[in-house]
Amino acid sequence: MALKKIEAIIKPFKLEEVKEALTEVGIEGMTVTEVKGFGRQKGHTEIYRGSEYTVDFLPKIKLEIILAEASVDKAVAAIVKAAKTGKIGDGKIFVLPVSEVIRIRTEDKGVKAI
Amino acid sequence: MIIQSILGWRPLAVLAVLGVSVVGTWADAPAPTLEQRVAGLEAYLGNGDPTAALKDEKGNIPEGLTTASIGVAGPGHNAWLMTSAALVLFMTLPGLALFYGGLVRSKNVLSIMAQCLGITGLVTILWWAVGYSLVFGKSFGSPILGGSEFFFLKGVTSAPNTDYAYWVSQNVFSMYQMMFAIITPALIIGAIAERIKFSSIVLFVGAWMFIVYFPLAHMVWGVNGLMNGVWNATAAIKAVDFAGGTVVHMSSGWSALILCLILGKRLGFGKEPMPPHSMVLCMIGTGMLWVGWYGFNAGSAVAADGVAANAFMTTTLATGVAAFVWATAEYFDKGKSSVLGFCSGAVAGLVVITPATGFVDATGSIVIGVAAGLVPWFFCTRVKKWFRYDDALDTFGVHAIGGTMGAFLTGVFATAEVNANLNLNLKEIVGKTLVAEQCKAIALTLVLSIVGTAVIAFAIKMLMGLRASSEAEREGLDINDHEEKGYIY
Repeated sequence: MALKKIEAIIKPFKLEEVKEALTEVGIEGMTVTEVKGFGRQKGHTEIYRGSEYTVDFLPKIKLEIILAEASVDKAVAAIVKAAKTGKIGDGKIFVLPVSEVIRIRTEDKGVKAI
Repeated sequence: MIIQSILGWRPLAVLAVLGVSVVGTWADAPAPTLEQRVAGLEAYLGNGDPTAALKDEKGNIPEGLTTASIGVAGPGHNAWLMTSAALVLFMTLPGLALFYGGLVRSKNVLSIMAQCLGITGLVTILWWAVGYSLVFGKSFGSPILGGSEFFFLKGVTSAPNTDYAYWVSQNVFSMYQMMFAIITPALIIGAIAERIKFSSIVLFVGAWMFIVYFPLAHMVWGVNGLMNGVWNATAAIKAVDFAGGTVVHMSSGWSALILCLILGKRLGFGKEPMPPHSMVLCMIGTGMLWVGWYGFNAGSAVAADGVAANAFMTTTLATGVAAFVWATAEYFDKGKSSVLGFCSGAVAGLVVITPATGFVDATGSIVIGVAAGLVPWFFCTRVKKWFRYDDALDTFGVHAIGGTMGAFLTGVFATAEVNANLNLNLKEIVGKTLVAEQCKAIALTLVLSIVGTAVIAFAIKMLMGLRASSEAEREGLDINDHEEKGYIY
């Protein structure tokens, strides 16, 4: 069975909801990174004693999940449902092919290693 | 044999001499009456002169007449001054170090702390060696500079120096005043933060103490000082400065502006964002400054008396009001009140009330608080933008502007009703022409600070340079000047 990787950029305060939604659809592991970036939301302004600074890079969370192709649709749906606020800056989801997965402890390969 | 015989007769001779002198003292010295002894104790309660009741019609004390209240510190007054001295040190370490340290970028946080620590050590050495004497001595007989009698704190003991306090040990008084001498140059580093070389600022401060601080402090607070209107009947300028509006805040603030202009702007100023790296540290430092300032202001009564109590109240009122007004000005200007706004307003309130704190009543302090919230705010947020000088942490906007305004407003609101000392030499001018005297003191302080700083700064610039290299400035002063990092992740 083909392996896929989901990379999702979400708002930091949505992490807990997204994690729960993914757990409910049977996703058992993920890697989370604190990242910074901007898209259409752009940055925000900070003012210190009258000096205005535009902060371009906003804090975001990047989720990385490796899963079997059959699980991709429900995982994506779970992320979208949990992470959506309807406002600009909710993030993006990328689905990529993965050529191999190896569990280091047992040296299992493929779907068994997920 | 010779040694034995010497040892043999010497103790006898010593005893004989002692016996004669002791008997002589007892025989000649008049004993104080019970009234005189009680009067000495009552003087302690009112922070008065314990020798007053011993004086005859001509003001002379009969030879040998004394009481147990004379030549000793009063416990309450002394305790408050020791507490106050510790509070004023706490303003610099770690109050100012955190207030300024939080406002710089994280690569420069230790440079601020090192500068505060370095200044504390350097000024302590200078103060012990000559500083205290040059400010509070009088052997030069000069209204400009003190004297040499207290060099190396010689003769500075636990007995009071009654030129300054009847009931506070002179060693405590000298340490208390030293804390002012420490925080004043430490305030300067705010304007020049993030780009000055550590060795240059240390050298600058060493020279600045001699050229600006010691003379100015003697002129304002020395018993025969040029501008000591309260205590010196022959002062040429009859100005008042309770806790250091001219000596501390004007001198540091205006010197900071000149030094920051000579030093130049930070690399990337106006182009790159330079936000505070920790508003949390800044807020903690502000709270410490506020608490420590009670030692600064109420301690400046040099007694735990009614004047100190009034100073405690006016300090609180002006500071609370100024913090609120600054943040409110922000709200009406940009729609949001910021933590930095509250912190800046609090410090501005403390600065502006400083010269007035022991001379004005509650109403005066509220008006001063409102002015302190608005005028420095305007300078930090507007004037700085118009002229584009890089006063990095707003030492000029808060301390120079605030100190100058405070010195002026002290002349407007000072009243003998809260401080009877204003009746000693200034009865004719308080509430009338005192403001004119304050303006003269402001002018003299301005000239001394600006000229003194310019001369020292240009000399150091020629001698060894003022700025860190541009690589060091980009990378951060912490790693380059101190080989340390504030935060290891």
